[in-house]
Amino acid sequence: MKPIRGGAGEAGQVAARLATAPRAVSRGSLVHRLLEDERVLGVLLLVPTIVLLTLFIAYPFAKGIWISLTSASVGQAGEFVYLKNFVKVWNDSIFQRAAYNTFVYTAIATVAKLALGMWLAILLNRHFRGKRLVRAAMLLPFIVPTVLSTFAWKWMFDPTFSVLNWSLYQLGLIQTRIGWLTDPTLALGSVIAVNVWRGMPFYAISLLAGLQTVSPELQEAAAIDGASAWQRFWRITWPLLLPVTMVVTLFSVIQTFADFQLVYVLTGGGPANSTHLFATYAYQIGIITGLLGEGAAASLAMFPLLFVIVVIQLWYIRRVEGR
Amino acid sequence: MDTPKQRDAARPGPVDRRTFVKGAGLVGAAAGIEGILAARRAPAYAQGTKLHLLRWNDFVPAADEALAKIVTDANKALGAQITLERINANDLQPRITAAISSGSGPDIIHMLHNWPHLYEKSLADVSDVAEPIGKAEGGYYEACQAACKVGNVWRAVPHTIVPGQIAYRKSLFEEVGAKEFPKTWQEYREVGKKLKAKGFPIGQTAGHTFGDAPGFWYAYLWSWGGQELARDGKTVAIASKETLESVKFAVAFWKEACDEGGLAWDDSNNNRAFLSGTISATLNGASIYVESLRNKDKYKTDKGALMHTDILHGAMPAGPAGRFHYHAGFHHAVMGYGKNQKLAKDLIKFLHKTENYEAWFTPQRGFSVGATNVWQKHKMWDQDPVMLPYKTAALSFRFFGYAGPPTAKATEVYSKYIIVDLYAKAIQGMKPEEAVAWAESELKKIYA
Repeated sequence: MKPIRGGAGEAGQVAARLATAPRAVSRGSLVHRLLEDERVLGVLLLVPTIVLLTLFIAYPFAKGIWISLTSASVGQAGEFVYLKNFVKVWNDSIFQRAAYNTFVYTAIATVAKLALGMWLAILLNRHFRGKRLVRAAMLLPFIVPTVLSTFAWKWMFDPTFSVLNWSLYQLGLIQTRIGWLTDPTLALGSVIAVNVWRGMPFYAISLLAGLQTVSPELQEAAAIDGASAWQRFWRITWPLLLPVTMVVTLFSVIQTFADFQLVYVLTGGGPANSTHLFATYAYQIGIITGLLGEGAAASLAMFPLLFVIVVIQLWYIRRVEGR
Repeated sequence: MDTPKQRDAARPGPVDRRTFVKGAGLVGAAAGIEGILAARRAPAYAQGTKLHLLRWNDFVPAADEALAKIVTDANKALGAQITLERINANDLQPRITAAISSGSGPDIIHMLHNWPHLYEKSLADVSDVAEPIGKAEGGYYEACQAACKVGNVWRAVPHTIVPGQIAYRKSLFEEVGAKEFPKTWQEYREVGKKLKAKGFPIGQTAGHTFGDAPGFWYAYLWSWGGQELARDGKTVAIASKETLESVKFAVAFWKEACDEGGLAWDDSNNNRAFLSGTISATLNGASIYVESLRNKDKYKTDKGALMHTDILHGAMPAGPAGRFHYHAGFHHAVMGYGKNQKLAKDLIKFLHKTENYEAWFTPQRGFSVGATNVWQKHKMWDQDPVMLPYKTAALSFRFFGYAGPPTAKATEVYSKYIIVDLYAKAIQGMKPEEAVAWAESELKKIYA
């Protein structure tokens, strides 16, 4: 179709053509009118997103809730059992241990990742030779597939051949082997350390992006006024970085809370359940034992609390952004 | 050039049953199709459909190669297109869960342990395959039957057992005065104490790992007379004097004789520790010995001898109640959703044909043994005396859940590592009485 260029003659011809095809025009103009309506257009543009979210987020989530309320096992739909699965996992000592571990794991790992990530971001925000190379290298733990890097850590923590123990022994710092994965407390500490190692670059690079939006003039002005490095950080950098920090922490809490691969590869939840998390225990019940209902209940048990944490964080982010 | 009429005649039109049979009769007369028609069933080669067989990655590559050849032969013999897929044993259950939930996937899946009980409703009845094989081969081992027969129905065909025996260093044991492998736990503890003092402890996992940990601790429990359930199959019987004695002994045994890093070992740690010469003995499949043979020059003892010349195997020591083992049983299950169940059963029969099974069994050299008694008599056992303990290992094979049946509940106990952790907790410092009480409370919740 030729574009309408304007002019009385051409306009007349167009009008005549439209007059000879009234039905097509009315249909076309109806679609046109609808698309001109922002509300309709908005809904239409949202449709693909809604379909995707429904298919890949809402449906599996609703299905998970439904399964957790049934006695479903692999190959059997099961019956509706109300909250029986939740009651069972709640009274399960292994689940209680997994719940405790998950909270300790998430809390310590999140704080450590934030502190170290912030420290690294501030360092990398300075000018020095090879800055780009260091920035790229810093991302390595985040880029390497988790399973692969966790296997490397598994070898480093190996009860017999640990390179860490060997190094400490050679340096004269230890006389006997350290049971990185055999002692219950150390085992949980070790998996937290690996999580911090892996997750820190995400904090560092996100906070570094945030830092670069902070005007250096503010820092310079404060320095001229005699503010110390700590005062400059606490009074200028931290408040300006808070919205980014909150968003990064939000994502990190969700990811850490639901962590699976790392513990599965390093310890399988052992020794004696001392490193089980919600996700690893849910996998054990749902997939290895085939009790899908109970597995879903163990998996969803973390949802209410995670939901509250996320809501509080989102509320706080809005508050901070609204200042 | 063809006329339209000729073209119409040449064009394949709808074929009714009568025309097809007449045409097929003419074409196939030389192949004896009358006999097939008389038998009122298609010959095996006429079934010509696709089949997907999912198995674990065998530890013995030569056996996997033999299996690939057998499957190629099966393609010809059954007129099928068989896809043989091998994955890590740990990945089988996620695949099974996905396949059953979606109602599609491999036609035959390799099952371990008592999985036929776990997936009973989703597996085809294969009694017509399992029963004749068992009868023809002198009967299945009791544990194989317990694993695959749910009620009166066979839900999988027992294929093989990967037995566990204790691989030990002959020279080290001799140095501390043990001319032969210890027969009782007390003897093993005493020998182990001396070995640990020399810097060569016994290596045993008490971690969360699917093979060696349950393989050792279940068998250990039974040897002391401890049991998960009473004979009625319902009453939890773990809290007994026998179990408590076993826990107390285990704590001392661990401290005096074992590598204490074993709490964090998986199924491969003991292999590495043994082959690098840091431990003197460990419960394992024959993989340590097989690997030492495969790479003879790579593995040497502290005295420079080839490692494989210093390895022998012994059965689990006996406790007050006797000597028992828990081995890894492998079975083939025909999936209930499969559209070619007849062909799947034919393939299993084909794999169990004596000449085919033998072609796969021989290169195993005893790493995997037959699920039926007849394979104890095979001439393969004359090849290597080091492997002889594996020959009859399956005779003392018990299944978890004992003294009850290996039900899905028993799997829950197994998969939650309750029996392994009963000992691991005590080893870590929990009072033996408390560890037993903990295990009892967990078992009661599961069997409620």
